[in-house]
Amino acid sequence: MREKILTFIEKNSRIDLKELAIVLGVDETAVINELEKMEEEHIICGYHTLIDWDKAGIEKVTALIEVRVTPQRGMGFDKVAERIYNYPEVNSVYLISGGFDFMVTIEGKTLREVSQFVSDKLSPLDSVLSTKTNFILKKYKDHGTVIAEQPKDERIQMIP
Amino acid sequence: MRNPLNKTIVNIQPSGIRKFFDIVGEMEDAISLGVGEPDFDTPWHIRDEGIYSLEKGKTHYTSNAGLKELKVEIDKFLTRRYGISYDIDSEIMVTVGGSEAIDIAMRAMLDPGDEVLIPQPSYVSYLPCAVLANGTPVVIELKAENEFRLTAEELEAAITPKTKLLVLPFPNNPTGAVMEKQDLEKIAEIVKKHDIFVLSDEIYSELTYLENHVSIASLPGMRERTIVINGFSKSHAMTGWRLGYACGPAVIIKQMLKIHQYAIMCAPSTSQYAAVEAMRNGDDDVKAMREEYDGRRRYLLHRFKEMGLSCFEPFGAFYAFPCIKEFGMTSEEFATELLNAQKLAVVPGTAFGDCGEGFIRISYAYSLDNLKKAMDRMEAFINELRKNK
Repeated sequence: MREKILTFIEKNSRIDLKELAIVLGVDETAVINELEKMEEEHIICGYHTLIDWDKAGIEKVTALIEVRVTPQRGMGFDKVAERIYNYPEVNSVYLISGGFDFMVTIEGKTLREVSQFVSDKLSPLDSVLSTKTNFILKKYKDHGTVIAEQPKDERIQMIP
Repeated sequence: MRNPLNKTIVNIQPSGIRKFFDIVGEMEDAISLGVGEPDFDTPWHIRDEGIYSLEKGKTHYTSNAGLKELKVEIDKFLTRRYGISYDIDSEIMVTVGGSEAIDIAMRAMLDPGDEVLIPQPSYVSYLPCAVLANGTPVVIELKAENEFRLTAEELEAAITPKTKLLVLPFPNNPTGAVMEKQDLEKIAEIVKKHDIFVLSDEIYSELTYLENHVSIASLPGMRERTIVINGFSKSHAMTGWRLGYACGPAVIIKQMLKIHQYAIMCAPSTSQYAAVEAMRNGDDDVKAMREEYDGRRRYLLHRFKEMGLSCFEPFGAFYAFPCIKEFGMTSEEFATELLNAQKLAVVPGTAFGDCGEGFIRISYAYSLDNLKKAMDRMEAFINELRKNK
């Protein structure tokens, strides 16, 4: 049941719990209990909203920053990651295989704000060897949702 | 000038939903639950293979019966899903949708005067196809109290010495009824006893919510007297690709292939290449879509129950067939009123045969949000009707 609940609410976290229970064909209290448990266990880590800020007319700048670091003795990458993710400006931090170590996403109001964070906060960290900042020019798809287009039902409306 | 027309075709009635179609099309913010095709687009990896085949210049005819690799994959699919297997070279042919297969199977099997048993309510093609093949359609009226399954008694009562073919349209459009193994076994006995054949239209076979679909061809002694028709439209959301297939005894497929060869040549090659991918790597997509439909189905039934609309539980396809007899209107009146009052379009049960009177077909090939809005409108409409009674 967990997987079914999670699969569903990953795409639609605002569904009425009674409806969710009907759709999944299970008892409503069971759904509520599972959700509470998964929140406690931190399997469900939050309920967020996917926003097209461009359309809202509010300027936002997002950058994907490739960071190379020296892992610290005894702690590997975790300690360095913690230093980085504690900054509230940082949206996400992933440890990455390949040519660099961390993929860090940062959101700011302006290019300048983001660049300043990189040069003033991120780069000077002891374990950071180098950074490469990639600014996002346009978001086409995020969290499995195509941002630009409104899907339209183009089927013929009556088919036997 | 002489009459340019053929009398048989002139006498065939056009589809009963045309009228609604025209009104819905012009109505602003109407919600339609009248669509008989998946709301999902074809999964991307399948579309991608179609595109890739075009890029590689695979734009030519295929052999009449279809690409060999596709027939191989169809056979594997039928084996892993329903436990039936066919000879690639003589018992499988790829058609332009399940529709073509219905047409040519009847033309290959019927002589003038042969009776074709057509259980109704059912898809609109069987009857005209039987007439066009010079057969005589004989309707078996299915009953709500049997959950619109065909019973052995109903079948036997309809059989005459002229009966040649039984159309078996399950999982059923428009009722959502399924035939389980024990139901089919009884039918198979009668079919064998009277030495008739079966045209089993299993186009919705991947969309069942009780247990896996059972093909009548998998029952003892039935493979040699059954043409199985299936396709990619409903299972893999590939309606526009127009691709289906027929499997059955080589003697019948051979003649069907002749009609296909002269009338069609071959099914569209792009669609065939895409379908190979659908068969090879599409099972998970089908499963995901089935689960999605199942959730919507449960939601609809719940809403029907809440508003006190009687409906047997449909276990197949993506339709529910609620009963509207309590309102004292015909299906067509009900559907017309519903459209005018609430801008909600459904298909009157009579579009699928006279015995659909008193029922409407509601498709759940729509997003949950859409169904929610639609059911709110339905509820408002019904409450209004009850108040004025």
